[in-house]
Amino acid sequence: MATYLEFIQQNEERDGVRFSWNVWPSSRLEATRMVVPLACLLTPLKERPDLPPVQYEPVLCSRPTCKAVLNPLCQVDYRAKLWACNFCFQRNQFPPAYGGISEVNQPAELMPQFSTIEYMIQRGAQSPLIFLYVVDTCLEEDDLQALKESLQMSLSLLPPDALVGLITFGRMVQVHELSCEGISKSYVFRGTKDLTAKQIQDMLGLTKPAMPMQQARPVQPQEHPFASTRFLQPVHKIDMNLTDLLGELQRDPWPVTQGKRPLRSTGVALSIAVGLLEGTFPNTGARIMLFTGGPPTQGPGMVVGDELKIPIRSWHDIEKDNARFMKKATKHYEMLANRTAANGHCIDIYACALDQTGLLEMKCCANLTGGYMVMGDSFNTSLFKQTFQRIFTKDFNGDFRMAFGATLDVKTSRELKIAGAIGPCVSLNVKGPCVSENELGVGGTSQWKICGLDPTSTLGIYFEVVNQHNAPIPQGGRGAIQFVTHYQHSSTQRRIRVTTIARNWADVQSQLRHIEAAFDQEAAAVLMARLGVFRAESEEGPDVLRWLDRQLIRLCQKFGQYNKEDPTSFRLSDSFSLYPQFMFHLRRSPFLQVFNNSPDESSYYRHHFARQDLTQSLIMIQPILYSYSFHGPPEPVLLDSSSILADRILLMDTFFQIVIYLGETIAQWRKAGYQDMPEYENFKHLLQAPLDDAQEILQARFPMPRYINTEHGGSQARFLLSKVNPSQTHNNLYAWGQETGAPILTDDVSLQVFMDHLKKLAVSSAC
Amino acid sequence: MQISGAVAPAPPSSGLGYGPPTSLASASGSFPNSGLYGSYPQGQASPLSQAQGHPGIQTPQRSAPSQASGFTPPASGGPRLPSMTGPLLPGQSFGGPSVSQPNHVSSPPPQALPPGTQMTGPLGPLPPMHSPQQPGYQPQQNGSFGPARGPQPNYGSPYPAAPTFGSQSGPQPLPPKRLDPDAIPSPQLSELPPQQKTRHRIDPDAIPSPIQVIEDDRNNRGTEPFVTGVRGQVPPLVTTNFLVKDQGNASPRYIRCTSYNIPCTSDMAKQAQVPLAAVIKPLASLPPEEASPYVVDHGESGPLRCNRCKAYMCPFMQFIEGGRRFQCCFCSCINDVPPQYFQHLDHTGKRVDAYDRPELSLGSYEFLATVDYCKNNKFPSPPAFIFMIDVSYNAIRTGLVRLLCEELKSLLDFLPREGGAEESAIRVGFVTYNKVLHFYNVKSSLAQPQMMVVSDVADMFVPLLDGFLVNVNESRAVITSLLDQIPEMFADTRETETVFVPVIQAGMEALKAAECAGKLFLFHTSLPIAEAPGKLKNRDDRKLINTDKEKTLFQPQTGAYQTLAKECVAQGCCVDLFLFPNQYVDVATLSVVPQLTGGSVYKYACFQVENDQERFLSDLRRDVQKVVGFDAVMRVRTSTGIRAVDFFGAFYMSNTTDVELAGLDGDKTVTVEFKHDDRLNEESGALLQCALLYTSCAGQRRLRIHNLALNCCTQLADLYRNCETDTLINYMAKFAYRGVLNSPVKAVRDTLITQCAQILACYRKNCASPSSAGQLILPECMKLLPVYLNCVLKSDVLQPGAEITTDDRAYVRQLVTSMDVAETNVFFYPRLLPLTKSPIESTTEPPAVRASEERLSNGDMYLLENGLNLFLWVGASVQQGVVQSLFSVSSFSQITSGLSVLPVLDNPLSKKVRGLIDSLRAQRSRYMKLIVVKQEDKLEMLFKHFLVEDKSLSGGASYVDFLCHMHKEIRQLLS
Repeated sequence: MATYLEFIQQNEERDGVRFSWNVWPSSRLEATRMVVPLACLLTPLKERPDLPPVQYEPVLCSRPTCKAVLNPLCQVDYRAKLWACNFCFQRNQFPPAYGGISEVNQPAELMPQFSTIEYMIQRGAQSPLIFLYVVDTCLEEDDLQALKESLQMSLSLLPPDALVGLITFGRMVQVHELSCEGISKSYVFRGTKDLTAKQIQDMLGLTKPAMPMQQARPVQPQEHPFASTRFLQPVHKIDMNLTDLLGELQRDPWPVTQGKRPLRSTGVALSIAVGLLEGTFPNTGARIMLFTGGPPTQGPGMVVGDELKIPIRSWHDIEKDNARFMKKATKHYEMLANRTAANGHCIDIYACALDQTGLLEMKCCANLTGGYMVMGDSFNTSLFKQTFQRIFTKDFNGDFRMAFGATLDVKTSRELKIAGAIGPCVSLNVKGPCVSENELGVGGTSQWKICGLDPTSTLGIYFEVVNQHNAPIPQGGRGAIQFVTHYQHSSTQRRIRVTTIARNWADVQSQLRHIEAAFDQEAAAVLMARLGVFRAESEEGPDVLRWLDRQLIRLCQKFGQYNKEDPTSFRLSDSFSLYPQFMFHLRRSPFLQVFNNSPDESSYYRHHFARQDLTQSLIMIQPILYSYSFHGPPEPVLLDSSSILADRILLMDTFFQIVIYLGETIAQWRKAGYQDMPEYENFKHLLQAPLDDAQEILQARFPMPRYINTEHGGSQARFLLSKVNPSQTHNNLYAWGQETGAPILTDDVSLQVFMDHLKKLAVSSAC
Repeated sequence: MQISGAVAPAPPSSGLGYGPPTSLASASGSFPNSGLYGSYPQGQASPLSQAQGHPGIQTPQRSAPSQASGFTPPASGGPRLPSMTGPLLPGQSFGGPSVSQPNHVSSPPPQALPPGTQMTGPLGPLPPMHSPQQPGYQPQQNGSFGPARGPQPNYGSPYPAAPTFGSQSGPQPLPPKRLDPDAIPSPQLSELPPQQKTRHRIDPDAIPSPIQVIEDDRNNRGTEPFVTGVRGQVPPLVTTNFLVKDQGNASPRYIRCTSYNIPCTSDMAKQAQVPLAAVIKPLASLPPEEASPYVVDHGESGPLRCNRCKAYMCPFMQFIEGGRRFQCCFCSCINDVPPQYFQHLDHTGKRVDAYDRPELSLGSYEFLATVDYCKNNKFPSPPAFIFMIDVSYNAIRTGLVRLLCEELKSLLDFLPREGGAEESAIRVGFVTYNKVLHFYNVKSSLAQPQMMVVSDVADMFVPLLDGFLVNVNESRAVITSLLDQIPEMFADTRETETVFVPVIQAGMEALKAAECAGKLFLFHTSLPIAEAPGKLKNRDDRKLINTDKEKTLFQPQTGAYQTLAKECVAQGCCVDLFLFPNQYVDVATLSVVPQLTGGSVYKYACFQVENDQERFLSDLRRDVQKVVGFDAVMRVRTSTGIRAVDFFGAFYMSNTTDVELAGLDGDKTVTVEFKHDDRLNEESGALLQCALLYTSCAGQRRLRIHNLALNCCTQLADLYRNCETDTLINYMAKFAYRGVLNSPVKAVRDTLITQCAQILACYRKNCASPSSAGQLILPECMKLLPVYLNCVLKSDVLQPGAEITTDDRAYVRQLVTSMDVAETNVFFYPRLLPLTKSPIESTTEPPAVRASEERLSNGDMYLLENGLNLFLWVGASVQQGVVQSLFSVSSFSQITSGLSVLPVLDNPLSKKVRGLIDSLRAQRSRYMKLIVVKQEDKLEMLFKHFLVEDKSLSGGASYVDFLCHMHKEIRQLLS
C-alpha cells in the first residue's frame, strides 16, 4: 500500500480535499479525544485539466431530504436499473436515459476515478458576467491617473459580452449612464444618506418597465435581453465611450480645506452599487469592484471623521473601546455584504493608500461574498497594477479563473454530521439531518453560498462524528461525504461539480496507530489555524492563543510517547512531528498577533488566510526561507535567526512579502561593485539567482506579494527579522558563541523554549 | 350741491372756477394780496409765511393769526379761504409753521386758527365774492361734486410750486370743462324700487370723473419740473409726466405717501381714519433725464450714522457747535462728527460743503457699504442666475422648451451690467427637471456639457460645484451646445409629473455652495404632484367662494413653501416663476416663494408658441435684463412720533422692522404703514428715511437712502387737503388683498367700505360746511375715492366673476402686492382710449374716456389697457375704410375675433394704432397681449369686465350705485 503521504497527495489532486484525519475514529467520544477535529480543506473548483465536464445533468437520489448525486460509491443493480443511495440508502430507479447501462457500460459518474465529476447544465438563460467598477475620486492626481489607466486596460481584458458599469464617488456618488451619446449623463447621490434598495432603484429609474429616455431609441429586436439597464452595458458596445469617460474622470472637485480629509462616501457608493445590481441582476454572477484610496469619511459606513487631527482607529483604540465609528460602520458593511451574498454577487476591495482605509470595517464585504481584497500603498505601483491584471487571467481553456454564485451542498453518511465551514462563504441556513448542533465556524447548515470563487478558493469544513461508542461500525465500514457545488462558470454556464469521498472507520482502541499514521499534520495545522483565526475575529487575542496552546498540549498528551513527568522522554511520531512547529509560527503570525499591524492589515491577512489553499496557507503560517551561497545550489533553510549568515543571500516568502536579504559580506561586496567586474561574474550570478526565483513567485501569486530587496542592516530587513525564530536574541547571544546567525532584538520566545515548555506541560500530569 | 334728488344738470361752464393766474404770481410772493389770493384762488400763503413776507400786513403770530389776515381782501381773489396756505417761498421752508398745500377748494379755516374763529361764510354754497370770470357758476367749494369742477384743485392745482420758479408764467389756463352737476341724488333714492330709481337717474357725467382729474393734473402739472425741496408737497399724479428735481426729498418715483400732511396726534389720525402709508420703490428706474442717485464713498469707516437710532446722514441732520456735532433729525441724539467728516458751518448753520455732498443736499443717494454690512463679513461674490427648466411632457409638447433654449442663447448676452462694465459679472447655471433634477456641468474646459441627475428629491443637494455656475463668455460653446441638446434629449419624454420645492431648493443650495446671492428663473408647467417635498394636490373648489373657507384658496397648501422661502431669503436667492399651466396649478402655493423672496410670477395660461411667444419672450427678456439688487434689507426709520408698523409687498420679514428681500428690482414696491406712537410737532414735521442695503449686479454692496420730509397738522382739513387718492387706493388694495388670506372676502369688502365711509364722514363732519344732510360732499383730493374703491371692491380677488379661475385670483392677488401707485391706478381703473376721435396726425395719446359702455360709440374703436391686458374693441359700425386700413379685411364681419396681432400695413391709421400699442406696452412692466374684440361678439364679455364704471356681471355695483351707497353709509355715520 502506498504511504499515507502519497494517498493524501493523490486525493488532493483528484478531489481537492485534504482531511485532517484520513482514517476516522468510529465514535463520538473517541473523535473528541483526538483533539484535532475531523475536518477537511476543500478546494471546490480545483483546476482539473484532465476532467472535462459531462454534458448532462446529475442523477439525484429521490428522497427529498437527501438528493445526493449518483456516485461511484453507490450500489447499483444493473438488472433492475436501480441504485441505492449510499447516504440514505434509498433505492432509486435510473432515469430512462440510463436504460442502456450495464457493468461494462457505465456512465462516468459510476467509475471510481470520477469521484469528482463536473456536470454542465444546459437549461436556463445564460447571463453575462457583470463587472461594476466603483471608483474613488478622492485620490492624488497621479494615483487617479494610474487607476484610470488600469481600468481602461481592464476593459480590453473583459469578455466582450460582459456588462460593465461605473460608479464614481467622492463627496457625492455618481452612477454613470453608459448608453447615451452626446451629453454624458450620471445620476448623483448624496454621500451622507443611506438609501434602501427600493429607493435606489426608484431614483435610478429601474423600477419602471421602461424609462422615458430609453424610449427615445427604437428597440432593437435582437438586443440583449439584459441590456435594459442604462448603467450596465456590454463591453463591446461602449468600450470606447467608457474609455473616454474614464479618461475624463476628474478628482473630486469639492474643496478640501487644510487639516481635513477629503469627504469620501464609500459606504453609500457601495450601497448604491449593491442596490443597482440587486434591482437589475439578482442571482447572476457579478463583481462589484471597489477601488478606494482612503477611509470612508462621511455617511453610513464612515470609519473616521474628516478632521485630520483625529487619526483613524488603531488596535489600541479598539481595545479601549475608543473607535467610535467602528461598530456602526461594520454593521453597515455587514448588512451590505449579506445583501450582496443573497443576490449572488461579490465585492472586491482594492484599497491603496499609505494609511488605513477601513478594511477592518469593510472586510466582511469581501469575506462573505468571496470577493478579493487587495491592499497596497498606491494605485501607481506594480503591486496593484499586476494584481489587478491577474484577476483577469485565463486558464488552460481560455476561461477566466473565476466563478460566481456557487452553492456548496455537503452530504454525509449518517455517522457524521456537519459542524460548519470557514472560508469565503455565507450560510444558506439549510437544516437537515446531517447538520450538527455543535458549530465550528459558520455552522447550522449543510449548504453555503460562495458568491465569488476561483480555482484556489478553499474552505475548511468541519465535521462531527456522531456514531455512539456502543454502536460499533462493522469492520471495513466507510464513511462518505459528498460535496455538491453548483456554480456559474465564467463562460456563464451553470455547472455542478460533485466530489464524493469515503474514508475508513477505525476503532481507536485497537487501531490508534492506524489513525495516527493517517494524520495529515499540514491540513490539521491549517484547519486548526482557521479555527483560531475565526475565533480571533470575535474573541480576545490571548484567549485564542491559550485555546490553541491547550489544544496543542492535549494533542501531544494524546499522541506523544513519554514517561510521566519526564520531559526529556517526550517523542512524537513522524506524522505529528512538524505540527508543534506550525503552531509555534502560527502563534507569532499576524493572523493571531496584532502587535505591529494595523487593524486593516490584520483584516487583510486574515482575509487571505481564510481562502487560500493548503500550500499557500502553510507558507503564511510558516514562511519559507531559501539560502543562496557559493557553496552549492539554493537550499531551504530553517526559518531561524541562525540562518542569517554574512555570506548568504536569503529569499523569504511569507506569501504577502517576498524578501531578498543580502548577508553582511554579500552586501559589502555588492557595494564594492564586484558584480560589475567580469572576473566576478559568478557573484553577479549569485546576486541574480534569488531575483529570478522571486520573480517566478511574483508571477504566480495572487495577490501579488510585496517585493522587498534589502540587505544586512537595511531598514526593510525587519520583515525578515520579525519572522525568523529568534533562536539568538540579545539575551542569549553570548551564550551561543559568535559562530552563526544574527541576533534578533526581541523578547519573544524561541522555538526551543516553546518546545521545552510544551514537553514539560505535555508530560505533566497536572493538566 | 343740494341734493334734491333730481338731476341738476348744471350747464357746462366754459370757464374755470378760478381765475387764471396772473403774472403777478411771482415767486417772490411779494404781492401776497394779489398774487397769492388773487391769482391762485386756492393757493394761499399761510399766515405766517405771509407775515414773514409782509410783516406789515399782519401780525405774524402763528398761534392765532387773526381772522382778518385770512380775509385780507384779495385783489381779485374769490372767496377762497385763507386757510389755503400758499406754497412756501424759498428759504421759508423751515421756520414757519407747517405749510399746507392748496389742494382743497373750499377749505376749512387755516390750521392755526382756533376752531372758534372759524369763518362760516365762505363755506356756504353761496359764492358771494366769486370772481367775475365764472358767472353763473355754482360755487360749491367743497370741490367734490360741485361746481368747483374746474381745476380739480387737489390734483395739481394750477399753482404748483410756482413761487419757487418765479420766472414762470404760472399755470396755463385750464381748458374748458363741462360743469358737473352739483347735485347728487339722495341716498335714499338709491334704495328705492327700480321704477323710482329710473325716474331719478343720476347723470354719470355729474359725478367725479377720473379722466377729468387725470387730464387736469396732466395739464396743470405736467409742464413744470417737480422740485422736492419743499416739505410736504403733494407731487403730481402718477398719470402725469413730469420731471423731478431732487432738492432734499426723495422723488415721488421712489416714495409716495397717502398724505403729505400728517395729523399731529394719534387721536386725529384715528378720527380721520386716513391710513398713513408710504409706497416705496427703492430701486425705481428713472427717466433718462433724471440722474440716478449719486454713490457716496465714506471709505473705511463706512457711512456716517446716528449712534442711537442708526439713521444715515441726510440733509435733515442738524449740525451744531460749529460743525463738531450733529443732532439726529430722527431721534434727536447728539453725535460727534468724526474728524475726517468735519466741516465748518456757514452763517445759516449749514455746512459749507453741503452742496458738494449728496448726503447733505439730496433726498436720494447711495453709500458704498463696508465689509461690516456684508454677510459673514466678507464682500459678496457677483450674483448668479440659474435657469431651471421644466422638461416634462407638457413643456416639451407646447414647444416651450425649444423656444426658451433658443432664446436663452442670445439673451445671455444681455445680463444686467453695472455702469459701463464690458461684460456682466453675473454667472449662469442650468438645471432641467421633471420629477428628477438634471444639473449641467458647462465648464469651459469641457467639450460637451455633462448632465448630472439627482433623483433624491426628498433631500435635495447640489451634485457639483465647479462648472455649474459659469461666465457666459468663457463657456459659450458648451452652453450653446447644451441649449441645443436640451430640447432633443427630452423630445420623447413621457414624464408628466413634476416637482417644485426640490427645484428651488437645488437652486438655493447651488448659490449657497457658490457663496453668492442670485436669482432663479423657474419655467414650470404643472401642479407638482410627484412624490417630493411640497407635493400638492388639486384643491380647486369654486364652491368655497363666498363662504368662510374662501380664504383657504389664497393660502398655501403646505408650510413647506414658507420654510423654503425663508431659507432662500437667508441665502439671497430670489425666485422668478414663469408658469405655463393648462389647468389648475395652485398659484396661491407656488407663488409663495417668489413672493417672499422678492421675485415675480408670470403666468401664461394654455401657452402656445404661436400665440404667446411674443408675450413670453418679451417678459423674459425684460425680466432677465432688468437691474436687480440682491440680498437686500430695507429699513424705514421715522422721526419720533410715528413708526412704521406694517409692510406690504414681496419680501420676507423675520422681525418687525427689517424688510428682507432676496432680490429687489425696479418694479417692486413696498407699501409701509405708519402709526403714531407719540405727538408730532408741526414745526419739525415728520421725516422718513428708507435705507436699502443691497448687493448690486456686479457684486458691490451698497446702501440706498431715500429721505422724505412731511408736514404735520393739527387741523384735519390740512390732512384732507394733502392726500393722494391713488396712493390711498394702492394701500387699501394691498391691505384688502392681504386681508383675504385671513378673513372672509365679504368682511374685507365691508371693512374697506366702512373705512372709506369713515374717512369721508369725518371730512364732512369736521371740514365741510354745514349743509343739508342729503348733500354728499367729498374732499377735493379724495373725490375719486369712491369710484376707485368701487373698482377695488369689484376686482377679481374681492368679487370673482364666474369665469375667473382660482389661479387667476391668486395670481392677481400676489401681483397687486408689489405694484406701485401707477400700476394700481391703471390696474383698477383701466385706460380706455378712442382711436379715431383725434386727428390721425396727432402724435400724442388720445384723451381717454371713462370706462363705461355708455362711452363707447359703435362707430369707433377703442384700446383698453390695465397694465396686464390690452383690448382693441371694434364697434359694429366702424367705417369700412378704417377696417380695411387696420385689419386688411373688407368688412367688420371678416375681422377675426380674438386676433392678437394687427397686420403690418403701410397706412397712417395702421401705423398710428400699432405705434400706440407699442407705446402702451413700453409703459408697462409686463407685455400686454392684444386681444381684438368685436362688438356684440362672445369675447366682448371679457372686455366688458374691464368697463369698471358699469355694473359687473359678478354683482359689482356701478359707479353711480356705489356712490349712492357710499353716501348712505356716510349719512348713517353722521347721524
